[in-house]
Amino acid sequence: MMHRPIHELTDAYRRGDLTPTAAAESYLARIAALDQQVGAYLTVVRDDALAAAGESERRWRAGTPLGPLDGAPLALKDVLCTRGVRTTCGSKILEKFVPPYDATVVERLRAAGAVVLGKTNLDEFAMGSSTEHSAFHPTRNPWDLTRVPGGSSGGSSAAVAGGLAAGAFGTDTGGSIRQPAAFCGVVGMKPTYGRVSRYGVIALASSLDQVGPFAQDVEDTALLLAAIAGHDRRDSTSIAAPVPDYMAELPKGVEGLTLGLPDEYFIDGMDPEIERAVREAIEVLRGLGARIERVSLPTTRHALAAYYIILPAEASSNLARYDGVKYGLRVAGRDLIDMESRTRAAGFGAEVKRRIMLGTYALSAGYYDAYYGKAQSVRTLVRREFAAAFAKVDLIVAPTTPNVAFRHGEKEDPLSMYLNDVFTIPGNLSGIPGVSVPCGFSGAGLPIGLQILGRPLDEARVLRAAYAYEKTTAWRTRQPELV
Amino acid sequence: MIDRKDVEHVARLTRLHLTEAELERMREQLNSILAHLDTLRLVDTTGVEPTSHAVDVVNVMREDVEEPCFSQDAMLANAPDRSGELFRVPRIIEE
Amino acid sequence: MTEPGRISRRPPSDGAGLTDPAPTNYEVVIGLEVHAQLSTKSKMFCGCTTKFGAPPNAQTCPVCQGMPGVLPVINRRAVEFGIRTALAFNCRVNPSCRFARKHYYYPDMPKNYQISQYEEPLAEDGFLEIEAEGGSRNIGIQRLHLEEDVGKLLHEGTLETAQSSLVDFNRSGVPLMETVSRPELHSPEEAATYLKAFRAVLIFLEVCDGNMEEGSLRCDANISLRPRGRTELGTKVEIKNLNSFRNVQRALEFEVRRQAQALDAGERIVQETRLWEADRGYTRSMRSKEFAHDYRYFPEPDLVPLRLDRAWVDEIRAALPELPRARRQRFVSQYGVPAYDAEVLTQSRALADYYEASVQALGSAAAGNRADRPKTVSNWIMSELLAALPGDDELAIQRSPITPRHLAGLLRLIEDGTISGKIAKDVFQRMLASGDDAAAIVGREGLTQVADEAALSQIIVTVMAANPRAIDDYKRGKKEAKGALVGQVMKATGGKANPALVNRLLEDKLSKT
Repeated sequence: MMHRPIHELTDAYRRGDLTPTAAAESYLARIAALDQQVGAYLTVVRDDALAAAGESERRWRAGTPLGPLDGAPLALKDVLCTRGVRTTCGSKILEKFVPPYDATVVERLRAAGAVVLGKTNLDEFAMGSSTEHSAFHPTRNPWDLTRVPGGSSGGSSAAVAGGLAAGAFGTDTGGSIRQPAAFCGVVGMKPTYGRVSRYGVIALASSLDQVGPFAQDVEDTALLLAAIAGHDRRDSTSIAAPVPDYMAELPKGVEGLTLGLPDEYFIDGMDPEIERAVREAIEVLRGLGARIERVSLPTTRHALAAYYIILPAEASSNLARYDGVKYGLRVAGRDLIDMESRTRAAGFGAEVKRRIMLGTYALSAGYYDAYYGKAQSVRTLVRREFAAAFAKVDLIVAPTTPNVAFRHGEKEDPLSMYLNDVFTIPGNLSGIPGVSVPCGFSGAGLPIGLQILGRPLDEARVLRAAYAYEKTTAWRTRQPELV
Repeated sequence: MIDRKDVEHVARLTRLHLTEAELERMREQLNSILAHLDTLRLVDTTGVEPTSHAVDVVNVMREDVEEPCFSQDAMLANAPDRSGELFRVPRIIEE
Repeated sequence: MTEPGRISRRPPSDGAGLTDPAPTNYEVVIGLEVHAQLSTKSKMFCGCTTKFGAPPNAQTCPVCQGMPGVLPVINRRAVEFGIRTALAFNCRVNPSCRFARKHYYYPDMPKNYQISQYEEPLAEDGFLEIEAEGGSRNIGIQRLHLEEDVGKLLHEGTLETAQSSLVDFNRSGVPLMETVSRPELHSPEEAATYLKAFRAVLIFLEVCDGNMEEGSLRCDANISLRPRGRTELGTKVEIKNLNSFRNVQRALEFEVRRQAQALDAGERIVQETRLWEADRGYTRSMRSKEFAHDYRYFPEPDLVPLRLDRAWVDEIRAALPELPRARRQRFVSQYGVPAYDAEVLTQSRALADYYEASVQALGSAAAGNRADRPKTVSNWIMSELLAALPGDDELAIQRSPITPRHLAGLLRLIEDGTISGKIAKDVFQRMLASGDDAAAIVGREGLTQVADEAALSQIIVTVMAANPRAIDDYKRGKKEAKGALVGQVMKATGGKANPALVNRLLEDKLSKT
């Protein structure tokens, strides 16, 4: 039963071969047995999950399922507020915080009948690329437990890869879904900025964050995206355009599509195994009828710097509210300022503090134009370049990451950690949709991801290319062995 | 380059208590990061408007309609310190 | 002078005793910053109600409490009220505006940043005309913008002595409209005048209830002095905690004396924020603005820009009511009432509407055309009606049991002689109590004035017969004696005799004796 995608589970529910309760029990048992090693979860909600599974089962028996996700056992990154269930952001400062409300995404999943198994681990406040910066414990890559699963949504990615959830959700601000999906050999998607509501998603960088799915295959990815996409009146940045029928678009293939290969994404010093796997994938797509062209995105090399000013600036602002006054950790102090300063010092980890300091500095008097203002202008250039490229091509294909999953402790220097996101960050700066699909393995058996980026609101085309590629290859059949 | 005073000032602005050792380490790390970020200066952005909003959406507003409030208990449930219906904080000393 | 960061507990040495108003060797430069709570039903960025008086933290939600993960959504009516106000103050409504985050730490700030407007405010470059010495003058309004209010802090004792403080977030998120005047006010008195006129406009526009005691209208002042004749501005000091017109004036008068004295002594004025202590009559230093707040403004990423549709702005402009000043002037020119009356009658739109409706009703109800009617209506409203209404409720007039039609009915009865003015006051009180119209009350109580000459003559004869001494006094030149006789006649008729008629008949009879 493990490693059956959601669409196969629901087929089984329909046939009566499997019940949602049995599926949930099975996952919960597996989590109990194996998550000690992987560390994907921070909170498992056994009773709630079984209750939801029971409700789902009643509906399936009555022949009135809510839809294709009814009874799907899912995991949620611990930045999505879940009413009555603690939501920590992987941080001590929210270790005991219990939101009184659900994020819009969570409401929609519940309304679709999904069974939430628990909240998954992440780099604290989604700042990181390895899930080593969680305040609680690191998560380990199911393919090699000495290696990281990527980050910041490492818990969700590892849960899907390790068969500890049938699907999961994370957030992607600079690659935090796509990069861990590549490291863990699963499908991970970041929708267009504004396609999915951010209401109830604990903010990192407001102009960059998006919620997206982790799945075992592209069909599941489409199902999960469809359940959460669409306008939300509680999110002023959410887009009103109607949501296409992603499932109907999937089988349309890549014939007649033009795919762009950006010069700047095949860089000196990148892992040659990754380059080979990605180039082979591109040949597969060519064989399926796609036309391949080169594109140039010259500002790519400055995207990282722009991102590492914009993100800390917005994050320093979003994290200002964590001060021990109304919720979260409070450390005693001799007066208010002392209390707040000690609370934040004790509650935030080193990476979070570093980014808060950097961001506050970038916004402070005298530095705004040179840093934040400048970075936002560079961002405009990045957006323009993508727009110009998409005038010539329908999709852009590239590697997801410059290297495969590295070992725990290997990238202690913050700067070298930041370089992990060099291929994913430009997509966030531009707000365009992107997916990572498995496209091979390194010699050491570590997964490699192929990234496909599309025009704003063109998730359908992105998914259809990913689907075509996936159906022609068999990377999915290889699974990590967790015992 | 950030000096020690800058780091202290920023830490105060953002309410972060840093020890001596942390202040020094922070200064080093921030300088190292900023050195890399300084490469942005080389990009010609003359006449390029900064992106302040990631979506091309304008005029999102809501009607002036009352919606149910949350209960006191729901709002105070996570309070680290409360006095009845109110949040309590340590004494406030003007800076 | 106090060091930055230290709270001054000692009143400055010039605190008490100085009674000299503005020293003449300095020019006073004042600007006022006014924050008005907009009377929308719901908050600026969430749907919580703005109603007053609920238990603490009972009118909040995750958004206005700044919980993790929440997002703001702009209240369209707050924007409408802002545009309406901007147009009334002759501002340029910017074609596009946006919100910005203003960062500072304080426990009444749920997110430790306030969503406000910075580089692209809603409106700019307007003015308010006020009556000043030597005529009227336009005081520039630099900008008008929208933001969210903060929560309320409560301390046991004072802020300085309390060991802890308590926070109530009910007020957090209420829409605020901030207007900043240019530093063009020349005296504390002018500042108070500006504030009164400003408030009157907001009340007329029905965007704010103008209640300063409850904090729906708050004012901070910036004041600096410079030697007469100089053009560059002196160091400005911000004064807070001005919760009434009187306090605005008193606080600024104190500041003028304080700063003048300091400058005379060759001292430097510290750029700081000072708090007005109304009971003690002085301002004290709150915090030094020399270490000015670094608000780290940047455009609010959770909100999108507003591109204000010209058609919407025009629609709002077309619906603007006649503003207090214009209405006041029209009352004087159209109705011929004195300026004082016009000022009282236009203190609120509701009252001004009431007045005009009453004048119109009287014109329809009574016969012919009399030029004194508007003044008569004014007198009755000012002396009788306003006395009967609660003073702090601008809208009480709308709930008055005496409607304009009722008032007109009463005044018609005086005009046609049915009742005397004196009786009318009594009828007025009965109308207030019962809500009945005048004619009904007069009929029911039999208060119709006695104007029957024959009947009155009879009574006069009786009274004269009973008061021979009064007649003698009168004949010997004591005019008051006639008054006494009139009084007796009025008494005999239960006050219902037409006094003018009584006077005439009595005069007549007295002249024949």
